[in-house]
Amino acid sequence: MSGERIAIEKHRRGNRWMHWINFPLLAVMIYSGMRIYWADLRDPYVFGIFGWEIFTFWPGWVNDGLNLERKLARGMAYHFTFGWLFLINGLAFAVYLIRTGGWRNFMPSIGDLKNIPGVLLHDIGRRDEAPPQGKYNIVQQLTYAAVLFMGLLAIISGFAIYKPTQLALLTGLMGGYESARTIHWLVTVGFLGFFLIHILQVARSGFGNFWSMVTGYEYLPETDMGHDKTDGGSGPDTGGDAGTDTDKEVLV
Amino acid sequence: MSREPEADATGRTLTEAQFKKRSRRSLLTGLAGIAATGFGLRWIDNRPLDARAPDVLRAGHETNEAIWRRLFRDGSRAPEFAFSESSMMRVNGRHGLDDEIDVDTWEMSIVGVDGELLGTHTLADLRDLPQQELIVEHKCVEGWSHVVAWGGVSMADFMTRFYPDQVEAHGFVDITTPDSEYRVGLEMDAIMHAQTLLALDLQREPLDAEHGAPVRLATPLKYGIKQIKRIGTIAFSDVQPEGDYWGSRGYDWYAAL
Repeated sequence: MSGERIAIEKHRRGNRWMHWINFPLLAVMIYSGMRIYWADLRDPYVFGIFGWEIFTFWPGWVNDGLNLERKLARGMAYHFTFGWLFLINGLAFAVYLIRTGGWRNFMPSIGDLKNIPGVLLHDIGRRDEAPPQGKYNIVQQLTYAAVLFMGLLAIISGFAIYKPTQLALLTGLMGGYESARTIHWLVTVGFLGFFLIHILQVARSGFGNFWSMVTGYEYLPETDMGHDKTDGGSGPDTGGDAGTDTDKEVLV
Repeated sequence: MSREPEADATGRTLTEAQFKKRSRRSLLTGLAGIAATGFGLRWIDNRPLDARAPDVLRAGHETNEAIWRRLFRDGSRAPEFAFSESSMMRVNGRHGLDDEIDVDTWEMSIVGVDGELLGTHTLADLRDLPQQELIVEHKCVEGWSHVVAWGGVSMADFMTRFYPDQVEAHGFVDITTPDSEYRVGLEMDAIMHAQTLLALDLQREPLDAEHGAPVRLATPLKYGIKQIKRIGTIAFSDVQPEGDYWGSRGYDWYAAL
């Protein structure tokens, strides 16, 4: 079948599978973790400033709405069973990133740090031009690198809580049992915060970008179909030489 | 906007026809994945219950138990604290404590695998044995922890002194309150660990009734649900004892830390 080449692979198969497998696994881990957390409401984590309680984790409507109450045994059963699947998927992803070299896409470089304000201004629509970037911009790189690190931290702090006597050294490394619990909980809140921003940014970036995480492929920027980006005013995607270089690189 | 080549770029491209075919297949795969996830989680929740946990999650508990019993290191220790860091703990669970207790007439029975009585021990007998203090973090399945000072007789010393052959011959113990309402099963590794006590004291005072007078189990190897209060009988067993109170109510039988 001949024809013009109109789409190029953006996300490799392994990246896509492990990304989408991770989503329900992490959801089960967070949900079952919240059921465990519910059991100790005598001493909840509270977000506050200068002694003002601003937000107690969690408000009653969250506990009611998500059916968290009196599900400790079931929560533990899910958490300690699915934890292995989360760990295996995470390890497989780490190996995959190393073997394909894909980890470099997530690595922030010192030289790009100066672009952070430019990226953020572009993201909130206060600047037309986005700074030059690779697959991901510097803010994406910092965020994704942080999320990968949070995954690691969730696993380490999780084991520290799970076996604080057998793995006393690990628990000590986390600053003790209560400290490990706090870290584990902060990582969870971090994941929830990331999830919200991730969804928002994916929604803003247009369907083509989202769909590339499903099919693996996105339209080449120089084809007509490529102009499905919704961030209006950012100008032509392919400004001269850089675009041509990309073509050579990928089409040879 | 310039784009550098991606670190893991394959350079694979598709024609429009190929891309459309791929999109269709991906859509179907994605929908199948969503359906499988939804039905899968529902399937787990609706599985027949085994000791009040869906059987696949019970299998998860048992797999974890097999892993951690294999990895068990007798030399591992929970961190110990100074007495000044410890304080009186809340009361959390009164199962098996309904009857009045007279600590002076109380006796702890030790029973063999065939139900034969091997010996009895009064509180005074236990007080006469060498006493040990253990200041550790007590941990509840609910999530809270509390640094407490236990005092009492090392379980390993007690067993080695009075029942060395039983310890050699049998892999488990089944411990019950005098009224048999509360019950825990423990593997011998946990019983014989250096930080497992027949606790008589809490915060350097004799245990009060609600904390398990006259004698309870204290060990940082297990969650509080395994640290049975007001011990009535310790029975040796060759098989994992049935009827563990919380282990038969949806929790992990092993409940080890």
